[in-house]
Amino acid sequence: MEEVKRIVEALLFACPDPLSVERIVAIVPGVEWDQVIAATAALRDDYAQETRSFQLVEVGGGYQLTTKPDYSVWVDKLLETASKARLSRAALETLAVVAYKQPVLRSAIEAVRGVNVDGVLRTLMERNLVRIVGRGEGPGRPLLFGTTKDFLMQFGINRLSDLPKVEEIDELVGEKPGVPLVPPPEPPSQEYAGHGETQ
Amino acid sequence: MDYKVKIEQFEGPLDLLLYLIKKDEINIYDIPIAKITQQYLDYIRVLELLNLELAGEFLVMASTLMRIKARMLLPSQGDEIEEEDDPRRELIQQLLEYQKFKEAAGRLETMEYQRRLLFVRPDTQDGESVIEVEYAYNLFELIAAFKKVLEKAQVRYLEIRPEEISLEEKIEMLKTRIDSAAVLSFEDLFEPGATRIDLIVTFLALLEILRLGFAVVRQTRSFGEIWIHRRTADEGDVGPGERDGEN
Repeated sequence: MEEVKRIVEALLFACPDPLSVERIVAIVPGVEWDQVIAATAALRDDYAQETRSFQLVEVGGGYQLTTKPDYSVWVDKLLETASKARLSRAALETLAVVAYKQPVLRSAIEAVRGVNVDGVLRTLMERNLVRIVGRGEGPGRPLLFGTTKDFLMQFGINRLSDLPKVEEIDELVGEKPGVPLVPPPEPPSQEYAGHGETQ
Repeated sequence: MDYKVKIEQFEGPLDLLLYLIKKDEINIYDIPIAKITQQYLDYIRVLELLNLELAGEFLVMASTLMRIKARMLLPSQGDEIEEEDDPRRELIQQLLEYQKFKEAAGRLETMEYQRRLLFVRPDTQDGESVIEVEYAYNLFELIAAFKKVLEKAQVRYLEIRPEEISLEEKIEMLKTRIDSAAVLSFEDLFEPGATRIDLIVTFLALLEILRLGFAVVRQTRSFGEIWIHRRTADEGDVGPGERDGEN
């Protein structure tokens, strides 16, 4: 067990991208799925100690070693990270609609946001956060959009089903009390989970 | 006027409506349509005055609002009109749906921010070119503040000046001012006694400066006073205000 744990640690240490359990199982002969999971759990506990400045996170369907947020100031200085371009509000809103409603048509995104989303969608695709996932039914077979694995990684999400639940969001919004005139709109579909693979 | 400022990430009409609703603490399920329509049109007018490229959707919404308003005025005549057939119904539904995703977008933003604090090794995240710069402000808040400035400056006699300052010049001037002051209040940007066109050019210059990322806008609370901060070299994003707990 200790040996498996150390092997997993070595793999994680050497791998910049999230490493999936499948991948580890494929690399290490004779190791079982749940051994790997146990090993990562043990590692996570080890790193959670205050004596460590890095941690194990689950993101984009795999495991990854990252520094702890408390040390970001220093690492930032080391890497001289240029002031990163952050997403505009329009881009974030569009991304949210795509993430929750995927696979989704452009027209459906526009219906929610009330504006044309051509340009924003293009930007999101350039940044590899959104991709075309297929074509819908209907005249012209319009394109369907979904999120990418990069999206999961950039936002620290393990899989789509880990997106904040919309009910939680409703609570956050703190709807005004009162008898609603209309039934609350149905929550965005969460069913399209688990399609992490890009390209 | 030959200037045209294009704001691509212009939030849409739904965002403006939500803003107006929140501002007056209106119950979203019972929107006073006449009042909101009036306010909405006021904003559109300022936007037009600024010669901002106004998305067609804003005008579509304006006509939707006026249609709803008209229908509310009409006594419900006819056969199959039911209690539930509130003319506002569809709009409310749209607003609620939009609000939900706006909130989801906020959550995503936080998640991304938190993830940015984590570094992986070896770090190969270079070369990502800057595609889009965040607008760290709410455009509507700025316009609201600008409206106040305009109102204060109310009509005086038409002044004829030999030359007007160009937008480019104004941008340079503003940059210098922000640079030397580090922090300026929004209202201080506008010189007293300035002509209307001066005010407008100043405001447009500010928008451009924000777009280019030379400065950021901060507000201590929603609808509170607006401050323009010089952006320091390594300040990638808008952290909490230095002195004030910002929202």
